[in-house]
Formats: sequence, structure tokens, C-alpha cells
Amino acid sequence: MSLVVNITKKLSGFELKANFKAGNDILGFLGASGSGKSMTLRCIAGIETPDTGKIVLNGRVLFDSENKINIPIRERNVGFLFQNYALFPNMTVEQNIGFGLSKNIPKTQRDNIIKKKIVDFRLSGMQKRYPYQLSGGQQQRVALARALVVDPEIILLDEPFSALDEHLRNNMMTQLKEDLLEFKKTSIFVTHNIEEAYQLCNDIIIIDEGSIDAAGNKDVIFNTPPTLYATKLTGCKNISKAKKIGNSISGNTVIDAIDWGCSITFDYVIEENITDIGIRAHYLELKDDDYDVNTFNCWIVSTGETLFRTKVYLKFSESTANDKDYHILWDISKEEWDLVKTKPLPLKIRINPDKIIQINEK
Amino acid sequence: MSELSPLWISIKTTFAATIIVFFIGITSAWFMASYKGRARGVIDGILTLPMVLPPTVVGFILLLIIGKNFPLGKLLDGFGITIIFTWFATVIAATVVAFPLMYRTCVGAFRQIDINVLNAARTLGASEWRIFWKVAVPLAWPGIAAGTVLSFARALGEFGATMMIAGSIPGITETIPVAIYFAVIAGETGNAFKWVILIFIISLTVMVASDKWAEKQMFLVSSARRK
Repeated sequence: MSLVVNITKKLSGFELKANFKAGNDILGFLGASGSGKSMTLRCIAGIETPDTGKIVLNGRVLFDSENKINIPIRERNVGFLFQNYALFPNMTVEQNIGFGLSKNIPKTQRDNIIKKKIVDFRLSGMQKRYPYQLSGGQQQRVALARALVVDPEIILLDEPFSALDEHLRNNMMTQLKEDLLEFKKTSIFVTHNIEEAYQLCNDIIIIDEGSIDAAGNKDVIFNTPPTLYATKLTGCKNISKAKKIGNSISGNTVIDAIDWGCSITFDYVIEENITDIGIRAHYLELKDDDYDVNTFNCWIVSTGETLFRTKVYLKFSESTANDKDYHILWDISKEEWDLVKTKPLPLKIRINPDKIIQINEK
Repeated sequence: MSELSPLWISIKTTFAATIIVFFIGITSAWFMASYKGRARGVIDGILTLPMVLPPTVVGFILLLIIGKNFPLGKLLDGFGITIIFTWFATVIAATVVAFPLMYRTCVGAFRQIDINVLNAARTLGASEWRIFWKVAVPLAWPGIAAGTVLSFARALGEFGATMMIAGSIPGITETIPVAIYFAVIAGETGNAFKWVILIFIISLTVMVASDKWAEKQMFLVSSARRK
């Protein structure tokens, strides 16, 4: 079971180039809005037509520009979960779910299939309701049941949570994951939310301006993002231009963090072509002394409070009164902040080289 | 009977025209709502033209098409079929002038449907025909109903084009609007008044009835639509 996509399509502002494979798993498509991720899904479903390329699903050619093959949407056997669920507003839950079933199936059998889906998707008692009488979560389950009733070869999910509030989102994510694991075939999940992608998928593709920026296992992508864009997208707040200064005799490497105005020493040899380094805001460490070579004096520029955490904006040099520029963001819990508050400036902040993301942009 | 004949002719003509317009209007609107080709503007213009042209111009053009001295008319005449100055001509005139109202209203109604809902139906394997009847028409129903009532009213009131291609043959092509005109010309104000009152009653009844009915339909569809 596999999906092979290699297509291009001209969009306003950039060209979409999607080239990837997907197996029997939930594949995450992560990118900013307007990056072309939804367009890729729509091309797979046949709603949009790529300019060139090929789409092959389980050995069946769905689209091939060279051989002029373009299978119509209804023959592709692709399940699509739309952002707004796109339920038929004029039909009841039952009718919505049964819509895709062939007329050739005898009525009793149809009814049984629909009944089973109603039970499977926890919709008992709602058979006769119309979509407007359902909650967001119920609507999504109807949409998923409707898509799965025709036994599609793949499920495509286009930002299914973007219209929901935070609380509902978390509940539904767990449910959706269970339902998708039950499906046991290829699913592609499109989102701009890293949290969702991380929770639902094992493999992730990051797409930027129509091109695949990074692809791989989610833990690899999140721990060692290979590109600058992937680093930013996965939520790294502290990124600096970097330049390798040299290797010391002891096998250390010194990297100049240009934007931060400091140098970081690694106890191993690093590639010559490093262009940027980054460190996540919660990985900064507070020290009592600056004996370690990677501990720097920091001055607080400003702070920002969120519900449970405090963002501390730091500078590696003493700031003048009206200077609101900062070098690095430190994300700590409120309890930690209460302790930090009382310490005299400058703070001794250690940048742990093991936590640094190294980026080699071409 | 003969005294009331304009009433029967008007009713027959209007119903026939409305039924024809209903089907042709919906299907052409469905086609044009999704048509993105280059000729879009031109086709849309042509289909709307009978609404903006003076009815006499529409009548004149219809004469050119089906008149006995012109190719199509001649061809039909060869088969022994005459359209001009028959009851069919009143139906054609009413149909042509009423069509744009149905077409315009329906195009608007179809365009309002969430394209994702139609695409969802496509991914479920439904044929375009099934999508049209089971999804598009029910969702566009308030618009379709409104278009039908407008078309009915327009067909009932048709005068100019009817005069041009059907004339005023009592008992055959003389509809109420035509009868009113000739009654006034002949100075029979009382007679004209009778027809005016009658057409008033018919129009108002249909409008009120369809309004009540549309209200109910609108409730069903819009409540189903509400998110």
C-alpha cells in the first residue's frame, strides 16, 4: 500500500513541487498557510489538476501528464476530510453516511453498513439529525464515517481542527488518531500546527513555498531540524547566523554566533559549512558562576507573561535605557522566574552545545 | 367559454412556459455556474439578453428564426409544421422572455453552494447527475423556487413578443394582456378593467401562495445550512 507523488503546479507567487512517498501510516504535511500543502492534497484527490507529473496510488496511476491520464475524482477512491467537513446540509446523519454507498447494494445490507458506522463513530441516537444539529466533534465524526464507508484506499485530511477551539481540539485529536489507526492504510494529515502534527503523525513533511523543505521521522525533524525554515516552524525562537572560527588542538570547535555577539565552543569537530545555529527557548540554563566556556553574562531587556510561563528577553551586553532589542529568549516557568527575579544582574546563562541545532543552509 | 378564452389561453401558456423554463433554466444555470471557459461572458450575455431587450426586439428576432420566410420556418413548413400565429408561438414568446429570470436566479443560487460540499460528493464516487439532483438542486432550492415564481409572473404578463409572433387570434393566441390592449383600443374600458382585475388576482394569488410555500422551504434548507 503506497502513494507516490511527483507533481508540479504553478500557483500565484510560486511553483508547487511535491515529490514524496507515503506508506501505511499517518503522514503529516506541515507548512504555513498558503504554502501549497492543501493544494497537494487537492491534486491527489483530483479536485485540482497538476501541470506536470505523476500520482500513483497502490500501483494505480491517478494522474500522469505525459500519458495524459487524469482519473476523475469519483473514480479515484480517495477519502477526503474537508476543513469545514462539507457535510450535506440537506441530509440527515444516516443519509450523509450512506451517500457514497452504491445503489447496487441491497437495502438491508446498506442499512447494516450504515448502522455499523454509526456505532463505530459514536453517533448512536443521531441518525435522524441534520448537520446543523451536531457539535463540531460530531460533525467531524460524521464526515470521517462518510468518507470511510466507501472503503477508500487513502484518507486525506485538510486541517480538520482549524475551526475548533483548543479544548475540543485536544479531545478530538485523540479520537481521530484512534480512528485513523483503525483505518490501517495511508493517511495524509495537513496542518499548520506543529503540536497537531507531532501528536498525530510519525513521519512529517515540511513544505515551504511549494517545495519540500524537510522530510522524515517526527522526532528527528523536531530534535535536529535540517533547515532554517524547519527550525523556525518547529518553534525554535533563538536563531543566529553562525560562522566556524576554527578547531582547537584539543578537538574543540568554536562557532561564532554572529547575531548574538558571542562564541560557542563545542567539544567535537563540526562541519565547515555551518550557516546558522539555534537553541530552543527552554533549553537555556541558569548558572551560579561563569567558569564554563559557554556561560555568558546576560542582562534582562524585558519580560512577557503567559498563563503558566514567563518569557525573559535577554541581551549578552548591558543594554541602554531605551533599547528594547534582545539577543535571546528564555522561556521559564513562573516559579523559576520568581527565583530569577531576585538574582543580581548580569545573569549567568549557559548555552548547552548539546542542545544547539546546527543548520547548513545551501 | 369564448368570453373567458383569454383566461384559459393565458393560464395554459403560462404554465407551459413555466414548466419549460424551469427545466431549461435549471440545467443551463447548473452548467454555467461551473463553466469557466473563454466564452463565459458571451454565453451569459446571450442567455440574459431577452430580459434587457425590448420585447418587440425579442419578437422580431423570433420572427427571423421561425417566420415562414426564413430558413428554419421554411424547413418546418416543408414538414407541414407552422409555428407562427399558433398557440405554440405564445408559449415560445413567453418562454423566451421568462427564461433569463429563471437562469439568473438559479446561477446565483448554485454559485452560493459550498464547492467543498460538491467536491465531497465527488470523492464519494457520485456521478455529476446524482450530485445535481441530490445535492445541488436541494441546496439551491430557495433560489430555484424564487426564479420559478418570477418566471411565472413574467410569462403571464408577456405582451410585446407575443403580439409579434402570435398576434391576437381570439380563442387561439389572444392572452389576457393582448385582450386588455385590444379592449382599450376598441374603447371597451369596462372589458379591459375586467381583465385587469383578473390578472391582478392571479398574480397576487400565485405570489402570496409561493411566498408561503417558499418560507417553509427556506426554513428547511436554511436551517439545514446553518452551522
